[in-house]
Amino acid sequence: MTITTSAGDIDRRLLMDRSVAGRKAFTLPESDVPAQKLPDSSFLRDDVELPEVSQLEVIRYFSVLSQLNFSIDTNFYPLGSCTMKYNPKINDELANLPGLADIHPLQPDETVQGAIRLLKNLQDDLGEITGLVGVSLAPLAGAQGEYAGLLVARAYHESQNDSARTVAIVPDSAHGTNPASAAMAGLEVVTVRSDDQGNVDVENLRELANESTAVFMLTIPSTLGLFEPNILEINKIVHDAGGLVYADGANLNALLGLVKLGDLGVDICHSNLHKTFSTPHGGGGPGSGPVMVTDELAKFLPKPVAMKTDAGYVMATPEMSIGAINGFHGSFSIAARAYAYIKTLGLEGLQSVSENAIISANYIQAKLRDKYNIAADRYCMHETVLSATKQKKRGVAGLDIAKRLLDFGIHAPTMYFPMIIDEALMVEPTESESKETLDHFIAVMRQIDDEIDSSPELILEAPHDLPVTRLDEATAARKPVLRWTAESNFLSS
Amino acid sequence: MASSATSGGNTSTNHPYIPSTDLDRQEMLGVIGVDSLDGLLGDIPIEHRHPGLNLDAGLAEQELSTLFRSIAAENASSSSGYISFLGAGSYSHYVPSTVRSILQRGEFVTAYTPYQPEAAQGTLQVGFEFQTVICQLTGMEVANAGMYDGPTAFAEACLMASRVTKRTRIGVLSSADSRLPDTLLAYSKHQGNEIIVITPDATEIPDDLACIGIQSPNFFGEIEDVERLTKLAHDNGALSVVHVNPVALGMFKAPGEFDVDIVTAEGQPLGVPMAFGGPYVGLFACKKAHIRQMPGRIIGRTTDTKGRTGYALTLQTREQHIRRQRATSNICTSTQLIGLMVTVYAATLGKQGIKDLANLCYQKAHYAASEIGNLNGFSVNPISPGGTFFHEFVVKCPGSPSKINASLLNKKIIGGLDISDRYENGMLVCVTETSSKDDIDKFVKALSEIGASA
Repeated sequence: MTITTSAGDIDRRLLMDRSVAGRKAFTLPESDVPAQKLPDSSFLRDDVELPEVSQLEVIRYFSVLSQLNFSIDTNFYPLGSCTMKYNPKINDELANLPGLADIHPLQPDETVQGAIRLLKNLQDDLGEITGLVGVSLAPLAGAQGEYAGLLVARAYHESQNDSARTVAIVPDSAHGTNPASAAMAGLEVVTVRSDDQGNVDVENLRELANESTAVFMLTIPSTLGLFEPNILEINKIVHDAGGLVYADGANLNALLGLVKLGDLGVDICHSNLHKTFSTPHGGGGPGSGPVMVTDELAKFLPKPVAMKTDAGYVMATPEMSIGAINGFHGSFSIAARAYAYIKTLGLEGLQSVSENAIISANYIQAKLRDKYNIAADRYCMHETVLSATKQKKRGVAGLDIAKRLLDFGIHAPTMYFPMIIDEALMVEPTESESKETLDHFIAVMRQIDDEIDSSPELILEAPHDLPVTRLDEATAARKPVLRWTAESNFLSS
Repeated sequence: MASSATSGGNTSTNHPYIPSTDLDRQEMLGVIGVDSLDGLLGDIPIEHRHPGLNLDAGLAEQELSTLFRSIAAENASSSSGYISFLGAGSYSHYVPSTVRSILQRGEFVTAYTPYQPEAAQGTLQVGFEFQTVICQLTGMEVANAGMYDGPTAFAEACLMASRVTKRTRIGVLSSADSRLPDTLLAYSKHQGNEIIVITPDATEIPDDLACIGIQSPNFFGEIEDVERLTKLAHDNGALSVVHVNPVALGMFKAPGEFDVDIVTAEGQPLGVPMAFGGPYVGLFACKKAHIRQMPGRIIGRTTDTKGRTGYALTLQTREQHIRRQRATSNICTSTQLIGLMVTVYAATLGKQGIKDLANLCYQKAHYAASEIGNLNGFSVNPISPGGTFFHEFVVKCPGSPSKINASLLNKKIIGGLDISDRYENGMLVCVTETSSKDDIDKFVKALSEIGASA
C-alpha cells in the first residue's frame, strides 16, 4: 500500500519552507569560453527566489509526495470515460531512447527519417482502426483534436461556398469540451435531447438538422457507455441536411476491430492516445488527440502531416490546411508510446482489448444492478453508468459513495457525469483489470450499500484514512491562495 | 502479415496487458447472460461489425525494443555524434538526473486529473509548487497549472486580453516568432478577432487594441523594450502580453517588474527533452485582478474537515466541464506531468543554478557570436546592431543558409535555422550550456571554410 495511514506524520511544508541559504542540489559546469561582457545592469534582475535544498531533499520531497496519490500503478482506477488502463513501462522506455528524445523539431527532414516514419506509420494505423484515412497527429489533447475537427468542418463548408452553416448540434449527454470547442470555433451550440433509452432522440435531431447545420457532434460510444443503435439513420439525417458528422472518440477503447467509424458515415473523429492507446495520463496531461477525417477532408487537416514521398519521409502541410494549432508537430513522444502499444498488441491484441473491456463493464453492471440503478438498463459497451438515486433516498449521495470507495483503495468512478443522469457514477474497468479485481470492486460497492443502513457515518465522513479528509473547496474558491509566499507560509501563520 | 477479421467469436489472445483467461471470460459472460461477446454488440449495425483490420500481428517486448532502436538510429542527434545550433522555440539543455528519476514515479505518471483531491494530494501539491515557481520566475502574482505549449499559451493569453478589455483587435509585434500569431490565428479565427502587426519601435498604436503581444527575447534573440511597450499599451487601454524564455529570466528582468498583465512562455527549456517538438508545457501567469478570466486548471490551498492543509482544483466555474460553451477555454488538461518535470528542474537548479545556467548560455552564445562576427562575409545581429541578446542571434550569411546548412551537415553539424524568409540570408543560431567551446569552434571553423567557397 502506498497510502500513508498516519496522516499527521506527513510533512506538508513546501520547498520554499524547506529552503536554507547556501544549499544546492546541482552544479553547473564552469564556463569554458573567454568571459563575455554582460549587458547593462538596467537589463539585469536580482536573484530568482527558488528553493535552496540538497539533492536528497529534492528526491525525498517528490518521492513522498508521489505516495499521496492514487494511480493506476497502485490502485484500481475505474474513472469512467478516462480509460485508466495499464500504461506499459516499455513504452516510456522506448520513447526516451536517444535518437527520439533528443531530436529538435526543426531539424531537416533528412536527419529525422526514423521519427517521421514512426509518425506516418501511426497515422496509417489510426486511419485503419477508425476507417478515416486522413490523419494529423498535431493536436496536443482531445479537446484540441476536437477543435481541429471543427475547424476542418468549417473549412470544408467554406470551400463549398456554404458559410451560412454556423450551428453545432450537440447531445445533452456530451462532454463539456464539445460545446466549449464548438463555441471556440464560432459555432452556435444547439442541444439535441436524449431519449429515455439514453439514445439520441432521432425525431428531435430531425427537427434541428437544417441548412444552418455545420456539424453534429456525437460521442460514440456515448457518455452513457452505449453504442448509438440509430447511428446510420442519424448520420443520414445530418448528411441529408448538408452537415458533417463529428465523432468524439474518447471512448474508442470499445470499438477496436469491432466497428470502424468511417464505415458508419462518420466524417471526422478524434482519438485520445492517453486513453485507448495507453499513454500515461500524467496526473492531467500531456495528452494527444489525433484528428482523423475522410479522404475528401484530408486536405484541410492541421499541419503538419507526415508523408512518404519518393525522396523519403517529410513533414508536410496539407493543401488547404486549417493551419497550425500549436507550436510544432504535436506530442511526438506520446505518439511514439501509442505506436509501441499498437505494435505490441497487433491485430488480435487490439480486438481483444475492446472485447475484454466490454465484457468487464457488463459483468460489473450485471453484478450491481440489484443494488444500484443503471442509467440505461441494457448491455453497455466499455463502461456502465450507475445512478445512486436509491442510495440518495436513503441519505447517501453519489459523492459520498465515491469518497467511501477511496477508503478501500479504489479510485472513485467519474461522478455526476453525464449531467443528464442523477447521482451518476460512471464506471470503466478497462481490459487491464483481472476478474479478481472486478469481484473485489463489486463486493465493496455492495458493502457500501449495506453500510448506508448499518453505519452511514462511515460513508458520509469518508474518506477516513487518506492524507486529508474532505476539503473546504468553497473557501478555496472564495479566498484563493494559489502560490507560496513568505506571508502565506502556513507554519508561521 | 496482415490478416482479416475474426468471424465474431471471442478472440482468446493471451497478452501480458490483458489478464482475463478464456475461463474468466466464460464465467463473466455467463453472469451477464449471453453466450458470446456478440450478444453484447447488438446495437452495432451487423453489416459493419467485425470489419477486419489490416494490421500486423503483435510483437513481443524484445522485438518491439529492436524495432524502436532501429527507428531511433535513423535520426541524427547528439547521441549519434551531431552537434546542433537550433533553437527557435525548442532548446537543448541538460536534464538533471533528479528530473529523470522522479519521472519514473508511477504514482505521478499514471494518475489522472485530481478530481478526487483526497486521493491526489501529491499531484496537487506539485501543481501548487509549479504555480509558485512560475510566479517567482516571472515576477507575476498568479499562475495556472500549465497549458499545452508556449504558442497555445500565448494565443490563450491574447484571447483572455480580449475578454478582459472587451476588445477584439489583437496587436502582435512583428519581431515575434510566426508560430505565435499563427497559433493565435487558429485559435481566434472564428471568434471575430483580428490580428494587427505592430513594429517594435512603434510609438503609437490604435486605441482599440485588446493587447500588444510581445516576445522577449524576440524571435531574433533580442531583448525588447517591454517597459516602454507595456506603457504604450496601458496608455491606450490595452493589456500587455509578454512571451518570455524562462531560462533568460535567470538573468534578465522579470516582466512583473514592468507592470506586464499576462506572461506566457514555452516551458520546455526547464528540464524537458526536445523530443521532436513535444509534449511540452505552456507557462501562463497574470495579475491577480484578471484571475477569473484565466484559462486552464488552477490549484489552490485549503483545509480539510480536521483543519489540516490540503490542495484542490479551484475556480472551476471558469472551466468547460462546468460552464460548457461559456467557458474561458476548451482546455481540459494542465499538461501536469511536464509541469512536474519543470518543478523538479526548478527545485534542482535552485536559486544559484538558474542564475548560473542563464549566465552560461549567455557567455557561450556571445562567444560564438563574436567569433562568427569576425569571419569574412558573415555579420551578426544585422537587424539591430548593438542590441542586447540572450542565447540566440541572427547571422547574415554570405549565401543561402540552406546551402550552408547542407554543407555543415556533411560535417555532422546541424546549423542554425534558415530564416531567409524573414531576413535575407539570415540564419538564427542558438547556443546553450550543452555546446562546449570545442563544439562552437568547430562550427565557426566550418562556417569559415564554407563561407570562403560560397
